[in-house]
Amino acid sequence: MKYNIIIFPGSNCDYDAYFVAKDLMGDEVEYVWHKETNLKDPDCVIIPGGFSYGDYLRAGAIAKFSPIMNEVISFAKNGGLVIGICNGFQVLTETKLLPGTLLQNKSLLFICKHQYAKVVNSSTPFTHIIEKDRVLDIPIAHNEGNFFIDDDGLKSLQDNQQIVFQYCDKEGHINDNTNPNGSLLNIAGIVNKKGNVLGMMPHPERTSDPICGVTDGQQIFLSIKKFVEK
Amino acid sequence: MNPEISDELIEEHGLSKEEYKRIFSILGRDPTITELGIFSVMWSEHASYKNSILQIKTLPRSGEYLLKDAGEENAGVVDIGDGLAVAFKIESHNHPSALEPYQGAATGVGGILRDVFTMGARPIASLNSLRFGSLDNPRVKHLLKGVVKGIADYGNCMGIPTVAGEIYFDDSYEGNPLVNAMTVGILKHENIATAAAYGVGNFVLYVGSSTGRDGIHGATFASVELTEESAEKRTSVQVGDPFMEKLLLEATLDVIKQNLVVGIQDMGAAGLTCSSSEMAAKAGTGVDIDVSLVPKREKGMTPYEVMLSESQERMLLVIEPKNFGKVQEIYEKWDLHVVKIGEVTEDGNLRVRENGIVVADIPAQTLVLGGEAPVYVRETQYPSYLEKAHSFDEKSMNEPKDYNQTLKKLLSSPNIASKNYVYTQYDHMVRINSVVEPGSDAAVVRIKGTNKALAMTTDCNGKYCYLDPYEGAKGAVAEAARNIICSGGKPLAITNCLNFGNPYKKEVYWTFSECIRGMGDACRFFKTPVTGGNVSFYNETVKSAVYPTPTIGMIGILEDVKLATTQYFKDIGDVIILLGKSCNTIGGSEYLAVEYSEIAGHAPKVELEHEQKIQNICYKAIREGLIKSAHDCSEGGLVTALAESCFNPKGLLGANIEMELTHRPDIELFGEAHSRIIVSIEEKNIPSLIKIIKKYNCPYQILGKVAGHRFQIDKLISCDINELYDLWYNAIQRKMETVS
Repeated sequence: MKYNIIIFPGSNCDYDAYFVAKDLMGDEVEYVWHKETNLKDPDCVIIPGGFSYGDYLRAGAIAKFSPIMNEVISFAKNGGLVIGICNGFQVLTETKLLPGTLLQNKSLLFICKHQYAKVVNSSTPFTHIIEKDRVLDIPIAHNEGNFFIDDDGLKSLQDNQQIVFQYCDKEGHINDNTNPNGSLLNIAGIVNKKGNVLGMMPHPERTSDPICGVTDGQQIFLSIKKFVEK
Repeated sequence: MNPEISDELIEEHGLSKEEYKRIFSILGRDPTITELGIFSVMWSEHASYKNSILQIKTLPRSGEYLLKDAGEENAGVVDIGDGLAVAFKIESHNHPSALEPYQGAATGVGGILRDVFTMGARPIASLNSLRFGSLDNPRVKHLLKGVVKGIADYGNCMGIPTVAGEIYFDDSYEGNPLVNAMTVGILKHENIATAAAYGVGNFVLYVGSSTGRDGIHGATFASVELTEESAEKRTSVQVGDPFMEKLLLEATLDVIKQNLVVGIQDMGAAGLTCSSSEMAAKAGTGVDIDVSLVPKREKGMTPYEVMLSESQERMLLVIEPKNFGKVQEIYEKWDLHVVKIGEVTEDGNLRVRENGIVVADIPAQTLVLGGEAPVYVRETQYPSYLEKAHSFDEKSMNEPKDYNQTLKKLLSSPNIASKNYVYTQYDHMVRINSVVEPGSDAAVVRIKGTNKALAMTTDCNGKYCYLDPYEGAKGAVAEAARNIICSGGKPLAITNCLNFGNPYKKEVYWTFSECIRGMGDACRFFKTPVTGGNVSFYNETVKSAVYPTPTIGMIGILEDVKLATTQYFKDIGDVIILLGKSCNTIGGSEYLAVEYSEIAGHAPKVELEHEQKIQNICYKAIREGLIKSAHDCSEGGLVTALAESCFNPKGLLGANIEMELTHRPDIELFGEAHSRIIVSIEEKNIPSLIKIIKKYNCPYQILGKVAGHRFQIDKLISCDINELYDLWYNAIQRKMETVS
């Protein structure tokens, strides 16, 4: 199992993803600098969280012009696994590998907290070992995480089972009170139609290390590993 | 180009007649305008510490764990074993934040981060200590919003978690909020970088953002009182770019790690002037630079403006000529420019040129603290307000009719209420080391690659310092140590941020010197030296000075991260025990302020020997695995501490307290005193705990048990814990949403 983690200037969860994949899960990991023009033979590409290019213009908007993104796009189009976390999700919608967009949080404030999310699709490579409707504690930390898509786009997401995570409370209730940022239908993560590209606002790497108390996030890394190694 | 140096010009530069005479005798002639500007910023209070240094030197500044003593470098460095060390420091950005809260606070964070990473340390956590006026004032809400967003946007973009801090609201801070930012970094012993320009012939490099006119005279601006005209000085506030700083951080740590740097210093207050003269003075060398080589973002900037600009995200490096190519390669990888602007010389002068022509030529030693910059002894006078405050008779206050209502009022007071409105705006989890998250006594941050962790906290009760500066400052150190102990740590060292009014006012200076005395006594006692910090005077508006506020930032070590302990009760049926005495005073308490609108009486006193015994008991009990939670009793007294222990974020619990009251109930329940810790413990472990308590011969009291959802104290208080939690958790949010 080998990950490639893309580093843009301003990425800041790159090291966290590296630490979890390598030190906790025991997988092989290589960083790929955004100016590089080749990936390093990955099974899965991680586009980590952070503020690529300072989020100037718009979160994720400039990162899509980095040379390495052409490689990530063709890797994804050939069925390779790509996971974008937080800012990585924003980069994926900007590059159109995923539909929709991420608006500013309804509160207009940055929000960092533990957050429950329900796994509503457990047939993706990223969630296949997780029981459907299981509630995971996966923290959020973003200013623009308010998922939006037009009616047709939403229908298409629903028809193709592309919604993977929805914000909820500990008991799994999905409603306005359990929606931290105003996302349409409490959407926290989606996949593309083929199911090989995942974007999620919550940070699974932040609840993977037992030292920090919660290990729900490990489920995502374990799913990817089992999918790749089967 | 060079105007005549008139009396008006000298006064505008904040220099006294005597100081000007001294400049004349140093140079043997009238200064050029550029030289006048350089002296002005270097001899300003902010850079020279001229009115505080004699006091500060009385603080304990060395200790067995210190690798770099205070004042030796940009930040103190403390050994934590395994070849690792901690660099940490706190700094104020009060005046900029009063005028432009967002940029003022943001650049405060940027500055302290640079101080730490120019030492070669990777920042692992930030904290902040904030003070504002009453939240009922719309202007204060605007300040709070802006300051918090400024801190959040900067720290979040940098990917450095903001893990702890404190916020107080009191009228004394209304026109002059306090914004103190602290950063903690980790480095390997061999990577400690120095801020000195060694090696004649070495290159002086400029890296980072280009220089603009922003922030010119920021240091002198920070050295006067705020008045109505201050708003016109808004251009003295710098503008931050955290993205640029993130690039600078990565590139700079890389050049330091590769051993390519002889010396390095951040261009913070007084920008290029301060960094170049201090680096030269420290090495006993000179520096010869040409401002025409400095990258600029505006046209037509004079040497005066370039030297005094406080544009952010810039650093000065000294390197050996042979390494220039490698250094350039690293910075250019991060799209940063590296420009050689001069060389190290042997004559000891700061020489500034423009297109080769000398525009300033000053012996560097005469500019700097520890060199020949002025040092003053200030007069003190016992403040007249204290007599009235101390004559207050607490017994004259009526006992509350309804204790439930009093508790609810206290929990909703912004000084006691949850600060989640603030800390959820900070990314406090990035880097996945936050073992104890914001909200508990101290944050605990794991150190990867070891079993260790650091505990960190900021503490200061301004009301106590107002009522008794000596005991207040002593108590701030004691409370910080208690918070570290309660979280499982062992206190190591402190950094301080001394926020006071105008030092030329004798009463203000008396509070300053008393605070230093109290802090010194406590730090010597706990063997927690002061590794560095910052003095901020002139925190006054037309109305009055702020409370004396000597903020303490303390770090402690957990030799095993598993010792990390929170303040939260864990299981129903566990026994709740108070370590320490019962309280018999309400002087300076939040209860007195909230219920009777009085800031009066005597501040709680700390008996250091007793304090240490209480701390030792808690320290041992945690190491023997006896207790499940530990919480310092502070603002709001015993009952508030009990309620806070019930507010476990993983699930609320109640408490059933049946305690013997020996004083008037409201005083015992809501009064504030030092040296008290609430612990919860499984019943079977009580004998082992009592054995430790007996060894130290300390008082304790079994208060009751952790319960389901009721919060019950004898027959006086009975509330639903969910209701209390809601009041406490949402109080600040509700205040912010109320249109006043």
